[in-house]
Amino acid sequence: MPKKYETPMLDELEKGPFPSFVTEMKKAAAKSDMAADALGQLERCFKDNRTHWKHGGIVGVRGYGGGVIGRYSDLPEEFPDVAHFHTVRINSIAGLFYKSSFLKEMCDIWDKYGSGLTNFHGSTGDLVLLGTKTDTLESIFAEFSSRGWDLGGSGSAMRTPSCCVGPARCEWANIDTLDITYATTQEFQDEMHRPAFPYKFKFKTVGCAVDCNAAIARADCSIIGTWKGKIEINQDEVANYAKSGMNIQTEIVNLCPSKCMSYDGKTLSINDDDCVRCMHCISRMTKALKPTGEKGASILIGSKAPFVIGATLSWVIVPFMKMEPPYTEFFDLVRKMWEWWDEHGKNRERIGELIIRRGMREFLEYIGVDPMPQQVKEPRRDPFYFWKEEDLAK
Amino acid sequence: MEKEEIKQKIYDLVVKSTGKKKLKSSDIQKQISSDTGCSRDEVKDALKDLMDEGKLIYTYFGGSYVELPPNQ
Ligand code: HEM
Ligand code: HEM
Ligand code: SF4
Ligand code: SF4
Repeated sequence: MPKKYETPMLDELEKGPFPSFVTEMKKAAAKSDMAADALGQLERCFKDNRTHWKHGGIVGVRGYGGGVIGRYSDLPEEFPDVAHFHTVRINSIAGLFYKSSFLKEMCDIWDKYGSGLTNFHGSTGDLVLLGTKTDTLESIFAEFSSRGWDLGGSGSAMRTPSCCVGPARCEWANIDTLDITYATTQEFQDEMHRPAFPYKFKFKTVGCAVDCNAAIARADCSIIGTWKGKIEINQDEVANYAKSGMNIQTEIVNLCPSKCMSYDGKTLSINDDDCVRCMHCISRMTKALKPTGEKGASILIGSKAPFVIGATLSWVIVPFMKMEPPYTEFFDLVRKMWEWWDEHGKNRERIGELIIRRGMREFLEYIGVDPMPQQVKEPRRDPFYFWKEEDLAK
Repeated sequence: MEKEEIKQKIYDLVVKSTGKKKLKSSDIQKQISSDTGCSRDEVKDALKDLMDEGKLIYTYFGGSYVELPPNQ
């Protein structure tokens, strides 16, 4: 019979209309002492108003520098089954398509070696298995790797890349987000499993500016699908939207960020030269509007959660790059960026922070990308490019 | 330089630093390649061997470090 704790404070979190992680943890606790102790310790954390988890130390299986996040209880006598409670990251599949047979196997493995608690998926994008002991790690790795799965990234390394569902299900995908994610994972195996960066580095790839994976806010390198041609307009469908109650002037035209649309009550027109490909109009008038012409991606750099300098969003480095296999141009660019970061980055300094510290000029010069208006983050601020004598001579 | 020799130099560097300064992979790459003149890729490759053999391990304390395994 597994242990049971009184959890009056956690029980509060089961009330109300939403699904509750407490309810799910209780189900796991009915089968696993580890999950039961995790629940007991969590109640204790709430009661003491502080965490009782410690972090760090062991990080992987032999040869790997990541994929496992060491967690320890600071109350091991009271909660012995969570004395170790390590997190295992499994490299998720691009687009998150799992076979049910895999999910069943995964659950069996995890019931055998861990707490049974999982998280689909962590904010990095991995399939996260919560809670196991140091001496089971090699066995867990063997079980997964023999089935063709691998650990994800953690620590000062490339993290498991992730993407939107892209062309698998979405007509707006300008690039093959799934293939880019898979190719990036394969290309940079060493950078993922053998941490050698100043800090973490995340890639997220989305097919268009709707950004269903929040790449612009969550990735050091955000790859965002875009197009070069015009937005094709089907005026009959525009009329249908108007007829069914859409106020095209206020809902569409007025909200265009570059003010490049107009509507005279009958005909919608777009000045494509000024369009910034934000997707607002297209995502609202799916049937009427369609991007055309050459497809590719904008490459952005720099987003991260608040840390030293507060939260940042990625900004454009390369406005348009063709993203086709074998992605040589993209991988070469990434390697250049990493070299510069490796040379100058301080411990725990993300690449975006380094660019802010040392300047866009040095960064662009090193990676061999010309300064372009699209790279200006906020107009009328930060004129970050200073000419050198050689430039003036030209 | 032979790979075994590079491996020995890396190992010695980690032993020497133990208890004084935690080394990152990039510290080791920079130090050994400037000491020996071999490329950083060669150092990385030698380091990978040491990890695969279990002679050195990665640890995490707010950042990733290269250290001796416990009890050694
Ligand atoms: C009241 C209790 C808790 C709250 C409110 C909470 C909330 C959160 C939130 C908001 C995130 C970020 C999720 C995301 O951005 O995807 C997160 C991540 C995480 N939580 Fe919790 N959490 C709680 C308890 C726990 C417990 C008890 C554990 C394990 C024993 C845990 C393990 C994790 C892990 C491993 C991650 C990171 C996953 C990743 O991105 O790699 N959390 N939690
Ligand atoms: C007071 C409680 C906690 C605080 C203040 C805290 C704070 C943090 C911070 C600041 C980060 C780094 C985020 C970043 O660099 O982007 C982090 C990462 C993380 N935390 Fe916590 N945390 C707490 C509790 C927990 C608990 C209880 C767990 C699991 C049992 C957990 C699991 C994780 C994991 C898995 C990561 C990701 C580590 C990585 O990316 O390498 N945290 N936490
Ligand atoms: S980001 Fe764009 S392409 Fe990707 S799923 Fe969302 S709408 Fe579709
Ligand atoms: S995509 Fe955005 S910028 Fe372009 S026309 Fe539509 S609303 Fe305007």
